Amino acid sequence: MRLKRMKRELEILWQDPLLALLVGAITISLLIFVVYPLIAVFIKGFQTQDGQFTLENYRRFATFRYLQNALRNSLLVGLATGVVGVLLGYLAAFTLTRTDVPGKQLLHILLILPIISPPFVSAIAILLLFGFNGLITQKILGLQGFNIYGFKGVFLSQVFTFAPVGYLTLRGVLESLNPTLEDAAMNVGASRWQTFRRVTFPLSLPGIASAFLVIFIESLADFGNPLVLAGSRFPMLAPQAYLEITGSFNLPLGAALAVVLLIPSLTAFVIQRYYLQKRQYTTVTGKPTLSASKIVSPGARVGLYALLTGFALLILLFYGTILVGAFTAVWGHDNTLTLDHFRYAFSVGFDTIKDTLIVAILSTPISGFLGMLIAFMVVRLTFPGKGAVEFMSILNFAVPGTVVGIGYILAFNRPPLLLVGTLSILVLNFVFRYVPVGIQSGIAVLRQIDPSIEEAARNLGADGITTFRKVTLPLIAPAFFSGLVFAFVRAMTAISAAIFLVSAQWNLLTVQILNQVGSGRLGVAAAFSVILVAIVIVAVGVISRLVPRQVARIEIMRAQEG
Amino acid sequence: MAELRLVDLVKEFQSFDSPEGKVVAVDHVNLEVERGELVTLLGPSGCGKTTLLRMIAGFEDPTSGDIFLGDRRINDLAPNKRDAAMVFQSYAIFPHLNVFENVAFGLRLQNLTEAQVQERVNRVLELVGLTELARRSPDQLSGGQQQRVALARAIVMEPRLLLFDEPLSNLDAKLREQMRIEIRQLQQRLGITSVYVTHDQAEAMSISDRIVVMNHGRIEQVGPPLALYARPRNRFVAAFIGDVNFISGEVVAPGRVRVLTETFPVADMPESLRPGQQVTLTLRPESVELLSDPRSPQSQFSGEVRRVTFLGGMVEYEVQAEGLGSLVVHASNPILRGVLRRGDHVGLHIPPAALHVLP
Ligand SMILES: Nc1ncnc2c1ncn2[C@@H]1O[C@H](COP(=O)(O)OP(=O)(O)OP(=O)(O)O)[C@@H](O)[C@H]1O
Ligand SMILES: [Mg+2]
Repeated sequence: MRLKRMKRELEILWQDPLLALLVGAITISLLIFVVYPLIAVFIKGFQTQDGQFTLENYRRFATFRYLQNALRNSLLVGLATGVVGVLLGYLAAFTLTRTDVPGKQLLHILLILPIISPPFVSAIAILLLFGFNGLITQKILGLQGFNIYGFKGVFLSQVFTFAPVGYLTLRGVLESLNPTLEDAAMNVGASRWQTFRRVTFPLSLPGIASAFLVIFIESLADFGNPLVLAGSRFPMLAPQAYLEITGSFNLPLGAALAVVLLIPSLTAFVIQRYYLQKRQYTTVTGKPTLSASKIVSPGARVGLYALLTGFALLILLFYGTILVGAFTAVWGHDNTLTLDHFRYAFSVGFDTIKDTLIVAILSTPISGFLGMLIAFMVVRLTFPGKGAVEFMSILNFAVPGTVVGIGYILAFNRPPLLLVGTLSILVLNFVFRYVPVGIQSGIAVLRQIDPSIEEAARNLGADGITTFRKVTLPLIAPAFFSGLVFAFVRAMTAISAAIFLVSAQWNLLTVQILNQVGSGRLGVAAAFSVILVAIVIVAVGVISRLVPRQVARIEIMRAQEG
Repeated sequence: MAELRLVDLVKEFQSFDSPEGKVVAVDHVNLEVERGELVTLLGPSGCGKTTLLRMIAGFEDPTSGDIFLGDRRINDLAPNKRDAAMVFQSYAIFPHLNVFENVAFGLRLQNLTEAQVQERVNRVLELVGLTELARRSPDQLSGGQQQRVALARAIVMEPRLLLFDEPLSNLDAKLREQMRIEIRQLQQRLGITSVYVTHDQAEAMSISDRIVVMNHGRIEQVGPPLALYARPRNRFVAAFIGDVNFISGEVVAPGRVRVLTETFPVADMPESLRPGQQVTLTLRPESVELLSDPRSPQSQFSGEVRRVTFLGGMVEYEVQAEGLGSLVVHASNPILRGVLRRGDHVGLHIPPAALHVLP
């Protein structure tokens, strides 16, 4: 019965051999570049250094305190960041969607700045502000030997990095709630607070849970902040896996840690995707009413605005610190302005900047097209194993970069797939890691496009590929561009997987920044960060110019979802 | 004393695309609604109906002017303190609550016992025929059922004022007609003063005690449906309510006008008009009689049928009448009276009192 249907589906697909080939090719590449590396990690975790089967790596969790601590610490930071990130995000989203405070546009831009920066920019700012020579701790407060490392450092840094993610997610949620519902509640006598508590809040609850899980996943996967700020007394899983591999050359133990890291991430992902997303209340119906909501009282408005501005100012302070730090001779000792850091950055890092751009420019369009193709396959074609293909294609949403990075060096280190150390491994990694966002927005758009438009093209004699190229692709252009922006931003700013894949020939800016932090050259790290953020802003600006305004906003919205 | 009184109400919105930087959505509106009355705000899209209603409900603050409910000025009263329940165009049903809880929402905010809440909600659910569906979640309801929930949620509050914003515009034609009868019956039974917004003139005529015709934020005319239909005050009202022909004539004496060679009596002609003055007259399509024989003694004008549209209960003709231009004529009872054909030469007869002078 099932087999018969599969056979039938295959037959239909074969009527368009090109399409069938395409489906086959994509399925195979997903298997190779998404699934196989994960399997490699999984297997490696059960091996000794010389390849014998063993449970030793996992048994170590029972014996070694620091491994248990790493797991505990990672979960702890994830939960704390999730809670605070959602709180701040909700506050910001609520204020910007429900009140008419001045400077909304500016606040919005400030809030999403961290999303387009490398995740550990805030870590560097924190070191400059609260580190041993920290401006605030040492210069202003006069604290000697204040130690920012450990939970508080990582937590603070991650809140700055990921609260904006919460903000964007929750903004989408609050915008999709019909404001008439709030009117209706007040109309039958609910006070502002009652309206919020009984309508707005319960309706945004699934969104809040979803935002929490997204932040939790991102926090677990975060590599840069913990590596810079956790310190040796506060081990965390992602950097620990890296240190086991690069420091102790213990690949199996690193792989086992990666597997342990994967479990909570995947769990959160499955809950978020298959449980919560179906429970979102999107309630926009009929004509939207434009009105300044009356749900916020003047007092609350001022309070919310103050909190939000405070947070935005802190973001500004962080970026300002980086900028100043990049031009300061020796932070905390010699405050003369200098271009030395930039000179140094360009002399040692020029090739790295070039490499980074090459990788980003190569992977961005590939990722964009692949995303649209897969979205098209998933929505418009029927073929056996479609559900599995969709799952594989978006699986990387949930897999921490560290796991992917380890997977790639395990999977592609011998012929015929000897890719380690090449440009291709970096490009492939970025393509498959960041394609899910393009796929998701592509699927969302395609589901809204009436299939009869495509049928009309087929009816007029276009074959499957031509239909896709001439009809479908233009229609999903906005989703395509949003995928592009996301892929580019991430290719420029990602580190967790890439750090395993860079080599002497092909290095990346983020890795370079981290190296500079490691060797204590915070000024140079700041200079590199400034260069990187500038490139990203220019590029996002250029891509956004190519597309209508409203699309540009969606892009940024999407840019958080990985 | 009027139950609801609007005095010189104005609402301006900021707008960046208009040259003055603002849109006047509601422009010096004065209106009184009596207790138990159902008044309709009727007008084209964008004329300010919703804005007016939202000001009454308290969702928009007037730029200037006053709103009185009874003898109390309610301008500064928060929306949740106004005794005015609204039925929203999009229904605005709380998606996280079932039918019963949606209706009970407002009651639960008051100090009522659970038994009282149950009692009142069940009574209203029965009134709107939703008793069976009380435990359903909103996404399992049809459009008409959602509409009823919205209605029930408003009337369960036993408000002093019921506000409707195009409550039927999301329903299909058949259901719309059925629901408007239900709403009207319920409103009359409960005797709740109501303001009802619509842009559908048939709906307005069938449901209202009085109709307020609006255009560009201003009131064009207020009156009972028949009065508006029979004696519109200007071209806009005449054309907005029903089909109409405009023909020109000349005043010959008070209460008499001449059209071409024929003289007609007209009721309530403005006294300011002097003999010899040119006026515009309205003529409803169903008031004209078509005579298949143009030479019949009753015939006052002659013409030629240019278009025939069969509509079931009646036939709509477009007749090119000599000296009058093109007229739309509705002839009833086509089964008994037959249908003319395109190109037929016909006579036209306009009975006394069919013409109305636009002031
Ligand atoms: N919040 C707002 N900001 C700016 N302009 C507005 C706002 N709300 C309404 N307007 C403008 O005021 C005018 C009246 O709008 P309103 O919604 O009251 O019209 P309406 O008669 O209800 O129309 P419709 O039949 O389409 O619902 C329109 O020109 C509209 O564009
Ligand atoms: Mg309206």
